[in-house]
This record gives sequence, structure tokens and C-alpha cells, in this order.
Amino acid sequence: MTTAQIAPAARSRLLPPETGRAGFADALRSEFTKIRSTRSTYWTLLALIVVCIGIGALSCAGTAANPKGISPAGFDGTQQSLAGLYVGQLVIAALGALTITSEYSTGMIRTSLAVQPRRGVVFAAKGVVFAVVTLVVGLITSFGSFFVGQAILSSGHAHLSATLGQPNVLRAVIGGALFLTACGMLAYGLGAVLRHTAAAISAAIGLLFVLTVLVQFLPHTWQNNVDKWMPALAGSQIWTTKAASGPHMFPPWGGFAVLAGWAVAALIAGLVLFRTRDA
Amino acid sequence: MIEARGLTKRFGDKLAVDQLSFTVEPGRITGFLGPNGAGKTTTMRLILGLDRPTRGSVTVHGKEFSRLAYPMHEIGALLDAKAVHGGRSAYNHLLCLAQANGIPRARVGEVLELVGLTEVARKRSKGFSLGMGQRLGIAAALLGDPAILMFDEPVNGLDPEGILWIRNLMKALAAEGRTIFVSSHLMSEMENTADHLLVIGRGRLIADCSVAEFIERNSVQSVRVRTPKPELLADLITAAGGTTVAGAGGVLVAQGLPVDRIGDLAFENAIRLHELAPAQASLEEAFMELTADSVEFQAHMPGQQDAGRTDRMHPTGVA
Repeated sequence: MTTAQIAPAARSRLLPPETGRAGFADALRSEFTKIRSTRSTYWTLLALIVVCIGIGALSCAGTAANPKGISPAGFDGTQQSLAGLYVGQLVIAALGALTITSEYSTGMIRTSLAVQPRRGVVFAAKGVVFAVVTLVVGLITSFGSFFVGQAILSSGHAHLSATLGQPNVLRAVIGGALFLTACGMLAYGLGAVLRHTAAAISAAIGLLFVLTVLVQFLPHTWQNNVDKWMPALAGSQIWTTKAASGPHMFPPWGGFAVLAGWAVAALIAGLVLFRTRDA
Repeated sequence: MIEARGLTKRFGDKLAVDQLSFTVEPGRITGFLGPNGAGKTTTMRLILGLDRPTRGSVTVHGKEFSRLAYPMHEIGALLDAKAVHGGRSAYNHLLCLAQANGIPRARVGEVLELVGLTEVARKRSKGFSLGMGQRLGIAAALLGDPAILMFDEPVNGLDPEGILWIRNLMKALAAEGRTIFVSSHLMSEMENTADHLLVIGRGRLIADCSVAEFIERNSVQSVRVRTPKPELLADLITAAGGTTVAGAGGVLVAQGLPVDRIGDLAFENAIRLHELAPAQASLEEAFMELTADSVEFQAHMPGQQDAGRTDRMHPTGVA
């Protein structure tokens, strides 16, 4: 038995504060410590950056190597350089799901809720921390993809590359980060509903990716009415500068609002279940 | 202080906790005893608000757990030492918990020192042994300098050194005036540490008393006598209002009479005694006796063939 005393050395200094209550700001600090103290966070975010920039670069390199038949008027060099987001959305969805399902798979959730039983506070703080981290890394990813992609497109084919000063380009590049954040939050909400890593990631990929592919098999007349409501297709309008996916799609912000709506629905379902279910 | 009133939790058609009403009084060690599956863990989860009661209520210091300003300062709990993210270092695990309750970072170092994990503080906890994991869980429980500590089966699976450490820690915590609420399915563990007992079986409270009272109330005092004339002494004891069971080699086990009365009977009738000893039933025996009917999964001895509870071993263990 150690002889060290159990009570804090200087009671007033090391105890919880005398007044107030454990609240949202405390929970934010706690959740930030959680997200920055596991290796999976770093690996996943690094994978996100590498995959997005890499795929964008390959895609631009393909165009730059074979530019014949591409009309500069119809070509969206911004979207081309951000093509990695199609895969990046799945990477960030995995991290979004893991942010909450890892607490269930490890049992940590029981410890977390035993120190902060106000579950809405925990759920909101976790979501906000994840969203902010994703937004920051998303901006790095998006701008990185853009600049690398444009550098490749401009090598010998200056007429195909875009600059941030051109119409809609800055909105599209920032929109790429917003798109990733919304996809991540959708998965976070699904994670809270399903509480199981594999199930949540499968559901998120199903909703974002498989659904997008499946609607391509619908008859054309149906497809035009359905695909604009699909989360990933609708949301991806925000990182285009020209209405490349067809005139029937929602405009950039309208499309993003559809994706955000899906995310909000998942978050509300997640919050309700998180608050009411036995942990 | 923890107060449960009519606390009930139903999982499907199984009543895990059934109308529990009890008070865990401050400043002493309350043992929470019951066979496996009796509802001890569920009760603790209900206290922490991890499970929602089907009926009834439980409060900590007069408030529902979720309404406590700084929960870690009121109650520190160790329910499951494995309830940590193994990829996080011990230090960061404790830091994220401390931050959730506005506890300064310096306290993390203090509790690590206290449980002897300072050297492995930066190591990921998935590599920890069971004993180290238990210490990490206790460090987390102590972070907020809580008035109440709640431990669920804290010595399960620990080596003797670890068991001794936990036992001494609980005594030290109680000596500081803290309330300790500790569950176990081992009576022997409680016999040495607890002041008060709450015993449950199949979700129901079956005893709420001090350890001494528990033994006295639930065990039959018996006296073991060895004499060359067992038949004669047995008749005398029976005549005096006691009962006896005869064993081999002139041994009698008597019940219903105090030990000095039996000694006097033998002396007055000139019966030579070779042995005269009170057989104090241990807490373990009292517990077995009391909970025998409430063990959820009753094991049958091979060859016992449905003898069931009527053939249950007598607490004094007479063959």
C-alpha cells in the first residue's frame, strides 16, 4: 500500500470548481483530448489527405496527358482536382462513425457517462469537436487537392486550369471541406444510432456510395427525380463550378442543404437514442 | 449517501432488480453481496444513470445522478476496469475524464502516483495487465476526490498482492471518512473489510444489517463435543432442549444450547469430555445459507440427482 495521501495535495486547487457545474466547455476539452489521443485519428486523417490529393492529382494528370476533345468552356478543372472527395467521403465517414462507436466497442462510453451523465452535453461536444477537426483537415485536403490539381492541369494546358479568383471556384474549394464535414456528421449520427463500428460504417457507405451507384440503374425519368435527393450526389454539387451533373440537379447550396438535411436527420435520431437508451 | 427507493429494472421478461430500497450510509464500508447474476452490477449502473429504472428511483446525496453539479466529486465508480479505450495512454485517459469535470491537469499526476502507474502513464492501456487496469480504474474513480466510492467486484481476478492492495486502499479511503460501496460475491472478502452488508439474491434485498448481526441472524450456533459416552450426553442435551447429530469417533454436534451449558451438563453428570468447542459459522456459510434459494443458476453435484435444495449441505458441515 502506498503511503501517498488520497485527497488532493492542495484541495482548493485540484478539486472541481466550487461553483457551477460540469458543462459544455468542459465536455469540449474532454472530447478534444479523446480525439487527439488515439492513433486512429491521425492515420485516418492522413489517409484522407493523401487519398484525396492523390486521386485528384491522378485525375488531373489523366486529363493533362490527353486533353484532346475537352472544351475549356464545359470543363470544370476545380471539380476535376477535387475528384478525390468521392473516396474521401468514405474515409471521413469511417472516422465519424468510429468517433462514437469506438466508445461502445471499448466500453469507454460507460466511463464517459459516469463522469458526465448529461448525455446531450456529451453527444453535442463530441459532435462539435469532430466537426471542427474535420472542417480544418477538410480545408487542408480541399485546398491541397485544388492547388496540386491545378498545377498539373496548368503544365502545358493553362487553358484548362482554374484559379481561386474565377467565379465559384473559392466556394467550390471551401465547399469540398463542408461536404466532407457533412458526410462525417451523417456517419456520426448513424454511429450513435447503430453503436456498432462495422454496422455504422456499412450504413454510411451504403447511404453515401452504394445508393449513389444504385440510382444510376433507375430509368432515366425516375433517376432525374431521385438522384438529386441522394445525399452524396446532392452534396457534391457544392464542389462544382459548372452544373456538370445535369440541369435537373439542385444548385450548389441547395444540394448541400439536402446533404446537410440527411446529416441532421441522422444526428437527431442519434441524439434521441443516445439520451434514452441504456448505455 | 446513496438512497434507493423501490428501485426496479426489468430486461425483457427478466426482473434484474426487484423493488430494492436501501440506504448506503456515509463514512463506512458497505458490502453489497449476492451470487453472480443477483443484480449487483445492474443496481450500480442504475445509481450512475447508465440504465434507466423501470420503476422507483435512486439518488446520490439527495439528487438524481445526472443532476449532480460535478458528478466525479460526489461519486467515483469502478464498474468495469476494461471500460477504457485501449489505444489511449493512461495519462490521456485520466486527463479526458478530469477535463469533463473541470478538474485541473495536476490532479492526474497525483492519482497516477497514488495507484503506482506513474512509470507507465504514457503507455497505451491495452498492454496493461488486469491488475494495472484495475489500478487505472481506481485512479479514475479517485480523480474528483469523491465522497463516495463505488467498486464492482474490485478483487475479481487479482493476485493476492493486488487483493491486499485494494483491501488496504478501501480501508484507507473509509478512514478518511469516505463512503465505500463495494460489491462482491465472495463473503470471505467482506468479512474482513465491510462494516455493513446489503445482501441481494435474484434482484431482491434479503438482508441489510451489520456483519456481526448478519452472522448471528443467519447461522445456527453449534457446539462440537467429543466424549467416550456420546449417547448419554446426547440424551442429556436433548432433555435440556437442544438437538444433536452424532459423528464418528464419539463426536457430537449440538445445537440449541450454549457451549457453557453443555460443559456444565457433562460435568454435573460426570461425563468425560475430550473436546468442547463452539463452531462459529463463517460469513461464507451464513451467506450460502441465505442465498441458496436465490442462486440463479444452481449447480447440481454429480450423482446428486435432483436432490436439490432439500439435500443442501448443512451450514455446520456435519457429515
